[in-house]
Amino acid sequence: MELTAKQDLPVITDREARRNGFRALYYKEVRDYFRSLKFIIVLALVTVLGLTGVYGAFNGIRDAISDSGNSATYTLLSLFTEQGASWPSFVWFLMFLGPLVGMALGFDAINGERSRRTLSRLLAQPIHRDAVINGKFWAGVTVLAIMVFALGFFVIGFGIAALGLVPTLEQLLRIVIFLFFTVVYMALFLALSQLFSLLFRHMATSALMGIAVWLFLAIFLGLLANVIAGVLFPVTDTSTVTDVLNNYRCSQFIKRLSPSTLYSEAVVTVLDPNVRTLDVVSFSLQQQNAIVGELPLGQSLLLVWPHLTGLIALAMICFGVSYVVFMRQEVRAD
Amino acid sequence: MAEVILKTERLTKKYGRLVAVDRLNLEIAEGEVFGLLGPNGAGKTTTILMLLGLTEPSSGKATIYGRDCTRDPIGVKRIVGYLPDNVAFYNDMTGRENMRFIGEMNGIYGKAAEERIDMLLRRVGLQDVADKKVRAYSRGMRQRLGIADVLMKDPKVVILDEPTLGIDPEGVHELLSLIKELSEKDRRTVLISSHQLYQVQQICSRVGIFVSGKLVACGNIDSLREATRAKDIVEIEYLARPDNAELEQMLSAIPGVDEVKRERGLYVVRAKQDVRDALVAATAEKGYSLRHLRRLGGDLDDIYRRYFERGGAQ
Repeated sequence: MELTAKQDLPVITDREARRNGFRALYYKEVRDYFRSLKFIIVLALVTVLGLTGVYGAFNGIRDAISDSGNSATYTLLSLFTEQGASWPSFVWFLMFLGPLVGMALGFDAINGERSRRTLSRLLAQPIHRDAVINGKFWAGVTVLAIMVFALGFFVIGFGIAALGLVPTLEQLLRIVIFLFFTVVYMALFLALSQLFSLLFRHMATSALMGIAVWLFLAIFLGLLANVIAGVLFPVTDTSTVTDVLNNYRCSQFIKRLSPSTLYSEAVVTVLDPNVRTLDVVSFSLQQQNAIVGELPLGQSLLLVWPHLTGLIALAMICFGVSYVVFMRQEVRAD
Repeated sequence: MAEVILKTERLTKKYGRLVAVDRLNLEIAEGEVFGLLGPNGAGKTTTILMLLGLTEPSSGKATIYGRDCTRDPIGVKRIVGYLPDNVAFYNDMTGRENMRFIGEMNGIYGKAAEERIDMLLRRVGLQDVADKKVRAYSRGMRQRLGIADVLMKDPKVVILDEPTLGIDPEGVHELLSLIKELSEKDRRTVLISSHQLYQVQQICSRVGIFVSGKLVACGNIDSLREATRAKDIVEIEYLARPDNAELEQMLSAIPGVDEVKRERGLYVVRAKQDVRDALVAATAEKGYSLRHLRRLGGDLDDIYRRYFERGGAQ
């Protein structure tokens, strides 16, 4: 039996140290996600609810087509955006569940390592601390992307098979962009929950914090926006058009502070070429003057560019704070 | 003496008003097994974390092989293996997978990694459970996996934090001989922190005793033993039969004896010099039979206790 351990091991440069840490963690995390019950539950939730949304849309579209006998008014895109009789659309489910999905994947990122006492073993390796955050984040994003794109393409396939709607290249691109937006939206909440996992020592605290943020953004911010707008710009029977508009714009502004609003506006614009603007004023004016027609993809993208920038910027802020917090944090568990 | 490869200079860590490590000056030579001993909360773990660059010192500095532990933690961690106290692995991965992961982090992949894992697991006697989930490992097995894990990157310096904690005596014995091998066979430098002096002293070439953030004594066991002996006072435990009142009078009458006390069924004789010969002679002369005779201050427990008392008193 050989007892000496000395072997010729590779000499590592700083750049390699960076890459090694990231790569090792990235692969491990991706593997862990696919094995974890947590991910399977999230996947099941999104798949089941998302597909019920699609099914609702499918029923509506099929009835409409069989009534009118013409399928020209519907495209494959409608499967994603159309609401059923009493059931929300696929897009709505993703908007509503997206934060939950992102947070579920990230809430125990760092404090989980801490409570399992594996963090010190990890950080005793020649890696940078940011490699831990980055590796975990991008592993999460990869898993989200696989999940979202698989679901999206499944819906496309379903649409082609069940309704006979074949997408044009532009429609396909629109769907891919919509799926990309979905991944960015979920990734934002992944970054936020990773930050929580750094700030709070207990996994339960960071999970609850995540749920609180989710409920606030998904439900209460909308209510709050209407209340604040109502106080600042009261609308009564005798209100002028300007008052009504101010009220609307104020509430719209507040709602847009929520990533959910940004996301749903963006994807509706991307998925529906008939959406020409996201502001009520120009909308009504344009309706009167503009020739009715669909926006080309480039113009739709131009409309949602600020939304994408906003979502990515929010994620970057979460990241920046995470780095700073993690660099200063003590490693010991007790 | 071999070259000094680990050095701390006035290394200090404060948490608010609490001084966890107070101006620590430590030098460890290549190939040594150094024991950092002290009670819980003495600042041992904090010191180790500073050596690895995981905690930033409030002042002072530490270097390992000339690399600054605070400025170049990556450089330090490339050559230093660290086994944390209560080491934990990813429970839902096997021993082999856990080691593969650490190998990847150190840039060891593929065939080279697998061979190295096999060799190390054989070395620590875990080859049969290599593909079982770590969840099923006993504490002793985890600790041995920890040793293999630390060796994955072929470190020049191995730092072990409380390696023997919570392991049965048999396991401790195995673990200590493994650790000894690291120094003797592989020529690695080993730093062990522990509060169990007895267990660790048998493999340490030098120990440092650490109390409330201060290094109160440092050296090999013999020199510590010498240093702990209080000057001009010798204490001797003594017992003879029959244990009657005349016995105490006899003890007090011996020249040089200052005080005779009764402690836990034994006499403790305090004298200015070593009066053991005189005690034995007097005992025989008076017809007593000697049952117990021991000079205090010589064994490790005494060293330990005395230093802790002294450290606490300061």
